[in-house]
Amino acid sequence: MPATYHLTHLRTLESEAIHAMREVVAEFERPVLLFSGGKDSIVLLRLAEKAFRPAPLPFPIMHVDTGHNFPEAIEYRDRRVRELGERLIVASVEDSIREGRVVEQTGPRASRNGLQTVTLLDAIAEHGFDAAFGGARRDEERARAKERILSFRDEFGQWEPQRQRPELWALYNGRIRKGEHARVFPISNWTELDVWQYIAEEDLEVPSIYFAHDREVFERDGMLYAVSPFIELMADEKPYTSTVRYRTVGDMSCTGAVESSAATLAEVVAEIAATEVTERGQTRADDKVTEAAMEDRKRQGYF
Amino acid sequence: MSVPSHPTDVVSNGNGKSAEGEVIAVPLGESAQEAFRRLTERPADLLRFATAGSVDDGKSTLIGRLLYDSKQVLSDQLAHVEQASERMGHDFLDLSLLTDGLRAEREQGITIDVAYRYFATAQRRFIIADTPGHEQYTRNMVTGASTADLAIVLIDARKGVISQSKRHAFISSLLGIPHVVVCVNKMDLVDFDEGTFEKIVEEFDDFAARLEMPDVTFIPISALLGDNVVDRSDSMPWYQGPPLLYHLEHVHIASDRNLIDVRFPVQSVIRPPSSSVADYRAYAGQVAGGVMRPGDDVVVLPSGRRTTIAAIDTFEGEVQEAFPPMSVALRLTDDVDAGRGSMIVRTHNQPTVANGFECLLCWMSEQPLSPRRRYLVKHTTRTVMVGSVDVRYRIDVESLRRDEDVQTLELNDLARVQLQLSAPIAFDSYRRNRVTGSLIIIDEATNETVAAGVILDTEVEGVLEEPKTERSPNVKWQGSRMTRARRREALGHGGATLWFTGLPGAGKSTVAAAVEERLVEAGQPAFLLDGDNLRHGLNGDLGFDEDARSENVRRTAHVARLLAESGTIALVSLVSPYAADRASAAALHAAEELSFLEIYVNAPLELCEERDPKGLYARARAGELAGLTGVGAPYESPVNPDLVLCSDETVEQEVERVMELLAARGLVKLES
Repeated sequence: MPATYHLTHLRTLESEAIHAMREVVAEFERPVLLFSGGKDSIVLLRLAEKAFRPAPLPFPIMHVDTGHNFPEAIEYRDRRVRELGERLIVASVEDSIREGRVVEQTGPRASRNGLQTVTLLDAIAEHGFDAAFGGARRDEERARAKERILSFRDEFGQWEPQRQRPELWALYNGRIRKGEHARVFPISNWTELDVWQYIAEEDLEVPSIYFAHDREVFERDGMLYAVSPFIELMADEKPYTSTVRYRTVGDMSCTGAVESSAATLAEVVAEIAATEVTERGQTRADDKVTEAAMEDRKRQGYF
Repeated sequence: MSVPSHPTDVVSNGNGKSAEGEVIAVPLGESAQEAFRRLTERPADLLRFATAGSVDDGKSTLIGRLLYDSKQVLSDQLAHVEQASERMGHDFLDLSLLTDGLRAEREQGITIDVAYRYFATAQRRFIIADTPGHEQYTRNMVTGASTADLAIVLIDARKGVISQSKRHAFISSLLGIPHVVVCVNKMDLVDFDEGTFEKIVEEFDDFAARLEMPDVTFIPISALLGDNVVDRSDSMPWYQGPPLLYHLEHVHIASDRNLIDVRFPVQSVIRPPSSSVADYRAYAGQVAGGVMRPGDDVVVLPSGRRTTIAAIDTFEGEVQEAFPPMSVALRLTDDVDAGRGSMIVRTHNQPTVANGFECLLCWMSEQPLSPRRRYLVKHTTRTVMVGSVDVRYRIDVESLRRDEDVQTLELNDLARVQLQLSAPIAFDSYRRNRVTGSLIIIDEATNETVAAGVILDTEVEGVLEEPKTERSPNVKWQGSRMTRARRREALGHGGATLWFTGLPGAGKSTVAAAVEERLVEAGQPAFLLDGDNLRHGLNGDLGFDEDARSENVRRTAHVARLLAESGTIALVSLVSPYAADRASAAALHAAEELSFLEIYVNAPLELCEERDPKGLYARARAGELAGLTGVGAPYESPVNPDLVLCSDETVEQEVERVMELLAARGLVKLES
């Protein structure tokens, strides 16, 4: 019998996240869990298992597929959902382009990252989802430091920082009007290190691109990009092979790799603990465009 | 570009350690395996703190300094701050820019919302709720404070305790934050003067004396220069206490939770289709109080149906106990009518079930309280309609005066109200339990969260189920002509109760008897109330089931109280396995302002079993004795005992420890 009833910080965060997921499932009619095969959504999926097993998950799993994803992440996504025996919905940016909902950018800096927002909002409307679980964390970026665990989006899917509800204790107000929806971030209070430590403690499988591997890369704006069919090289960009890994999993066109020899979960945890650059600063070109880039994208309805 | 600091003050912490805070960073040469092991083998706990103070108090600078000096600022963030500092024409690194937020705030130079920040040291992980301090943002401070274990109130040393400091102190106390740290900032601007600091401490204490603030710590700092933030200040040798970060790393928070009153609000029912798992039905929720175990007798509120916990499930499998803040799923032995909004509690320790009560509200909406609107209350996992909100008075936060001439409530108002609901809820006072004592009010038309409330310790109206009370309410206590002071003066000594609790065979009676001998020989009357002896007479009619054990404790507590009142030190040696029963015994003494000291004789079960002075364990293991504490019945360890004896000392040494405790509490004088 323990003398003091003690939970570690990770188990405290886990328990709070499970509580939030159960509250949302109880108060909303049609939730959905957004899953990209990235580390944060991997944790989210494990938390969903913890919250609802032995029953099936009370919501489907959805991926907004830009068509520019890493093949390793897509392969992992399909395998993981199959293992769990759950239902996967794939909302495709490719389809949105074909249907004329969005227009593809062109040129060497073209990215489908911004187009995802329309595909996501269309899918939410099409399926009638009223709550979407996402793996965003407050430590990722300054605009997210003020994000709620339950974040409300109006009928246009937009986020208005001044109109968010105060969130007290763990009393979540899940009431919305028809047409509105909520984004739910159960791991808001986790840091990147927490996520990796949890993955290690739970011994969760992650896509292989999170570990060091040899890849053909080139340098642009101080970041390393993978050579892929989705990105045009500029005249002075010379590809070379390097040992790299990824800290985030996004589009191949805007996700940078880091030089690393971390080949195991333990080595990744150690590397993150010692890092000197934030995850987004090091690997996400999309946040670099302007100082308020993330804030702007959030207002439009981004994840 | 440089960070301001004292000219002689070299920023000392390289990659590994600072003077006080050991920082999570991998020292050079440490292998990945070593680093991983260090991170995972010594799991940290979590401290949430709220910071309150206006821009001028240097709050953002303080947070920036904490992050910077504890090596939590990464190079790209630092580069951003450098650029921004340059743009603003500073020739130094403005650490306050580390925490600026949304564009509107940057443009207006203000903070409009609670921002959450994260940092870690080897001791703890920290979550900062960074709340703006101006008057119009009481709402935000209440939000940030609602989940905080600790509040930092910033005071500008030049200005002293101003109305905003009082507001922050008041809200911290209102929201039941167990620990408050008053940082007297900008000490560099008052020449690090001790007198200035002392004067502020005194002023604040004067104000705080009128509030409920269990633990207040004062630290003189300079956030700008870093004095006493992470590293100890060389400029204030008169200050003997620790720097802020050290305090944050070491303040004791484990006992802030309520581990006594079992409270389990049901979030949902987990019932897989029968094709996958046959007849599985479990109640999902997060433990809001107490320690739950399989076999516990429980009652489901508000229906009042009694049943027993069959099992406590988690994803990893069944567990033998669940405590706050664990999220689990309970299986019950009977098919009871429970679902979302029900609360599962222990049979002998129930919350109040009522549809009317008093609470303190903070109004958070720009739409004032209106009798024409329909409101909902969300309390734990239950949402009910509000019948009426009757404003008793509004509180002026700065003067603490009551304004009784109010009909409505507006944004940022704090008020005491009587709330009448359309259906009963099961609640405790906020002071007793922050989960079961808190609520939000939602406007049914706009779905906005318009108010937050904490339930007060008052008599309730419309009580459906009486809490457990004395059975002879009309018997009045007969007054004695003798006051305690007169008795004490005449006898030359006062009384008290020492409550020795622990497993059978832990050595309670041995040490209690030795203390008795020591006291009596020193001329202090003392009397040993031994559990076994009492069962021969006074408690001879009682068995060993849960209710009988509670009754055994209740009677013994009353006898001890009478002895203590008479000027005797009562030494109770009783297994007393249930925390709630011991809490009742303590409360009985507290009500009479008599000293009650809980002494936990903490011997490991293996040792007790090896000693087995009465052969009880042998009989229990042989199946001849059911319900022996430690074997067939639970023992709930004290959460915050006055003294723990760990059976690693001789009886004489243990007696010495007890005598020191009595001396420290002013109950006996130690011979030198």
